[in-house]
Amino acid sequence: MSVSLVLLVVMAALYASGIYLLLERSMTRVLLGFLLVGNATNLLILITAGKVGSAPIVADGVAPEDMTDPLPEALILTAIVITFGVSAFLMALIYRSWKLARQDNVQDDADDIALRTGTLLLPSDGSDTDSSDTEFGLRGEAAVSTAGELEVELEDAADNATSGADTSTDDGSAR
Amino acid sequence: MLSSAFQMLRRAYAAALRLNSALEGQMLAILLAFAVGSLVMPLFTRQFGRNAFFIAAIVPTAAFVAALVEGPRILAGEAIVQSASWVDELAMSVSVRMDTLSWLLTLVVTGVGALVLIYCARYFRSDEDSLGRFAALLLAFAGAMYGLVLADDVYLLFIFWEATSVLSYLLIGHYTGKKTSRSAALQALLVTTFGGLVMFVGLVLLAVETGTSSLSAIIAAAPSDTLAVVAIMLVLVGALSKSAIFPFHFWLPAAMAAPTPVSAYLHAAAMVKAGIYLVARLAPGFAEIDGWHEVIIGLGVITMVLGGWNALKQHDLKLVLAYGTVSQLGFMLIVVGYGTRDAALAGAALLLAHALFKSTLFLAVGIIDHRAGTRDLRKLSGLGREAPVLAVITAAAIASMVGLPPTLGFVAKEAVFTALLADATAGSLFGWVALVGVALGSVLTVAYSARFLWGAFSRKPGVEACRSVNEHVDFLLAPALLATSGLALGLMASLVDGWLSGYSMAFPAGEESYHLALWHGLEPALAISALTLASGGVLFMARQRVAHIQKALGTGLSAAAAYNRSIRFIDRTAARTTSLTQRGSLPFYLGVILTVFTVTIGTTLMLNRTWTGELRLWDYPAQLAIAAVMIVAAVAATRAGKRFQAVVLVGVTGIGMSALFALQGAPDLALTQILVEVVTLVAFMLVLRRLPARLGHQHGTAHKGIRAVIGGSVGLLMAVVAVVALGARTELPISLEWAQLAFEEGHGRNIVNVALVDLRGWDTMGELSVIIAAATGVASLIFISGRGVDNLPTVARREAKKTARARLRRSSDPTTTDRGSWLLAGRTLADRNRSILLEVVVRLIFHPVIVVSLYLLLAGHNAPGGGFAGGLVAGMALVARYLAGGRHELGAAAPVDAGKLLGVGLVLAVGTAMVPLIFGADALTSSYFEWELGIFGELTFVTSTIFDIGVYLVVIGLVLDVLRSLGAEVDRQYEEDGVHENPVEKVASGERRATS
Repeated sequence: MSVSLVLLVVMAALYASGIYLLLERSMTRVLLGFLLVGNATNLLILITAGKVGSAPIVADGVAPEDMTDPLPEALILTAIVITFGVSAFLMALIYRSWKLARQDNVQDDADDIALRTGTLLLPSDGSDTDSSDTEFGLRGEAAVSTAGELEVELEDAADNATSGADTSTDDGSAR
Repeated sequence: MLSSAFQMLRRAYAAALRLNSALEGQMLAILLAFAVGSLVMPLFTRQFGRNAFFIAAIVPTAAFVAALVEGPRILAGEAIVQSASWVDELAMSVSVRMDTLSWLLTLVVTGVGALVLIYCARYFRSDEDSLGRFAALLLAFAGAMYGLVLADDVYLLFIFWEATSVLSYLLIGHYTGKKTSRSAALQALLVTTFGGLVMFVGLVLLAVETGTSSLSAIIAAAPSDTLAVVAIMLVLVGALSKSAIFPFHFWLPAAMAAPTPVSAYLHAAAMVKAGIYLVARLAPGFAEIDGWHEVIIGLGVITMVLGGWNALKQHDLKLVLAYGTVSQLGFMLIVVGYGTRDAALAGAALLLAHALFKSTLFLAVGIIDHRAGTRDLRKLSGLGREAPVLAVITAAAIASMVGLPPTLGFVAKEAVFTALLADATAGSLFGWVALVGVALGSVLTVAYSARFLWGAFSRKPGVEACRSVNEHVDFLLAPALLATSGLALGLMASLVDGWLSGYSMAFPAGEESYHLALWHGLEPALAISALTLASGGVLFMARQRVAHIQKALGTGLSAAAAYNRSIRFIDRTAARTTSLTQRGSLPFYLGVILTVFTVTIGTTLMLNRTWTGELRLWDYPAQLAIAAVMIVAAVAATRAGKRFQAVVLVGVTGIGMSALFALQGAPDLALTQILVEVVTLVAFMLVLRRLPARLGHQHGTAHKGIRAVIGGSVGLLMAVVAVVALGARTELPISLEWAQLAFEEGHGRNIVNVALVDLRGWDTMGELSVIIAAATGVASLIFISGRGVDNLPTVARREAKKTARARLRRSSDPTTTDRGSWLLAGRTLADRNRSILLEVVVRLIFHPVIVVSLYLLLAGHNAPGGGFAGGLVAGMALVARYLAGGRHELGAAAPVDAGKLLGVGLVLAVGTAMVPLIFGADALTSSYFEWELGIFGELTFVTSTIFDIGVYLVVIGLVLDVLRSLGAEVDRQYEEDGVHENPVEKVASGERRATS
């Protein structure tokens, strides 16, 4: 099936200009690029329809072979309306961005920049003071007075035998 | 009196019997009961507080009773099988099988489970945070364990296996506010799911090799080639990680951050037993396979000694138990994996004994913590005197752990020593290794057990004594029952032998089979027992010196540190990779995607040189002119510095498209495109009036040239793709048949329209939902909350008409100079914003335009037009009203909510699709009606027109939403911000901020 060179050139030009605009930071330009790429794609579908013909409307004396292909046309018709819906949405986004931040630019993601520059702060837990040897602590029914204390000075107390071992406990007990 | 009591007893017994027969063989039903029970638990805790745990205990109790009822059949050597089909294509089924081993594990899992739940009812307070979640998870965990020990399908086994991992993660992390709790939970999850996944590979290998997914059939087939060895080793990784065997042992002590009942159940009786269970399950088939003994006995001995050694170092009673559990798991692994009949019997007895005494001890620690507020044995003193019952219960469990007669622990240990000694003296090297390792481990067990008992209950000089406190019977119930069972089963050792021998029968018989008994006479095994007890005692007495030695031997090497290092490494690598690839810049991402697209498709096109497409210059000369205008406009749009300019230039390409469509023979497209261009232009104007006129100078991350190259190459590539694609086309288009289809089936002459509403109706339905989503998005971005019907000051029509008429009368009176209004809400605009010419024109054309739109809608089936074009024309009429009269006029012109229009439109479309289903036809089938109306000719109607009306309404809704949001609401917000503020100044300051 032969292709019209003129249509090809128009399509290529629309794609090229559209992509050029899409790669910009200005949201308005991105939207315009989106519209151009949309037109280019519709043109691509139109090119696949092939030759020029009469409108695809059944009438006496017109053979289906003489009509333009109705399938791509149906696709393009929906594409046109969807493009309008999506661009309306983009316009609302632009307006919102401008109203909130006086900003018409696509900004870099702040978290990604922070990760790159090493300034990403992880949320702190704020609860590193868990007492590890009890679930109840001073809430115990008859809690001993040292309940809930993390370190006990028991070097001189009854259990000299076990002293000093706390520094060498391994295998996860410290976690 | 007595007889009536007797009668009641009899009736209760009969009821119990009936219940028993009802529960018989209902393993799948019980599984379901666990699931349902867990789902409704939060409701119960809300109602009954902590007492809801008693309700939760009903399910495992019923499962326990059901298993007891099966006892006679199991003991007779029968296996009870239940199966439901699942994925037949993969030979997967929900099949459960209860034989002696599963029966034993079921009793342990459900019995201990029920008691732990009862214990929970006193352990927690009713106002505990997320008690409902905890209860639900614990019950679900019991159910998952129940399924795990009964599953016969390897895939089902795997699912339950992973379910226990996930549930244990949630249970360990119960105290969500504590960092230790969360990181311990994550660690346990990572280690056990890692093992689980490795195991899954092994299970799949086994299932593929043997051609069945039934566990019992795989074990019966018992392949022993290299593939089977690899598969079994992979499965062992899963089993060992689950059972906290070296080198995976470190997660278990960390998991002690869980509430103590969880530790008692998951980390003593149930989950950590899963690996032991799997080894015991596989041993009859695979104990002689290459590598089995090395892995099982080697790692078992290391774990047993290492765990015992570490247990001696701990001050936290719970950690003493945790390391003790690690040690005991190593012990059990050696025995159940050993592979002789006597060892298997000893292993089963040991498993039962351990479940009983270890859960007792954990529950006792929970009570101590509850009371004294600490589990540190350096802080506890004199608790034995204040809580004698608890001390006795604990002592009974400790007796079983160290193997003192007459406990079940003693019976099991005797059996272990006998079995290992028999094999060792028969000349097995592994027998000696195991025997020495187990003896050494037992010495350590005796030492840390004695230290535990001493640390918890003794009086220590210089430490504040515990205050007196009541011992609650209900709190002590669960540990007391468990400890008593350990004693009672020891006394009934010969009976236990009969229960468990069904499992050991699966192993080849030795010369003379061992039988469990409390007293075997003065034997070598008894001597070893006595020796370990004595040595352990000495070790305990010399605990001061032992601690010094331990300190001196501390190497600083630990599996937990290695785990932490690898996790940190993974985190850091992930961060580095992310920062390298995720630059956070949208243009950068887009550029990368497009470059990859161009390079890959371009390369494919280069390599595949079947470019058969032919080119012609143009279809008709006008194409050339249109093309030139479009290209110039597109290129100029990229260079335009002002917004308005750029928008108009892009609009020119759209008009060009419309012209191309018209000349190409697509009138529907031309009509729709031109309408959309106008509406888009209006929408742009509405937004642009709030933005600065000039486009910003910030362009993109990439240089202009790079962007031009990317854009140019994509354009060129697409042209080549079009040529190649068309050249490759060989078949006739499917749409050649559409003409006939449209006319005969769809009763319409306009093929495109029939395609949209009938032939390809589903596509249009999808499109409608996209439009509705976009419209809703527009409205929500501008209005933020709601569609803001109230924000539009709608003028009541009757009221407006009256005032308009009155004004018209007045304006015809030449004596007044007051300007009248041609529109309903005409005078709400400021005079300087009004245009009388526009008002008159709009007044005159609005209704004709609506009529035209309706004509397009209804005629569209046979001529150019249809719902899309009609809707857009109607939308244009609304645009005109808004432009002429402002937001008040829009409210008067369209007093309906845009959301309602969209909704009604979708309902009509969906209705047209669904109604044929009621009549038994396919969805979207259209029907055709014809009426003779005498002199008026004939009236025809196709149901797909209703679909088109839906489309019409949705499109109007979209335009209305755009007008209301970007038009009316923006006006209102502007008025709110203050009309007097100079917009130029505002814009300038904004731009400064944007560029700074």
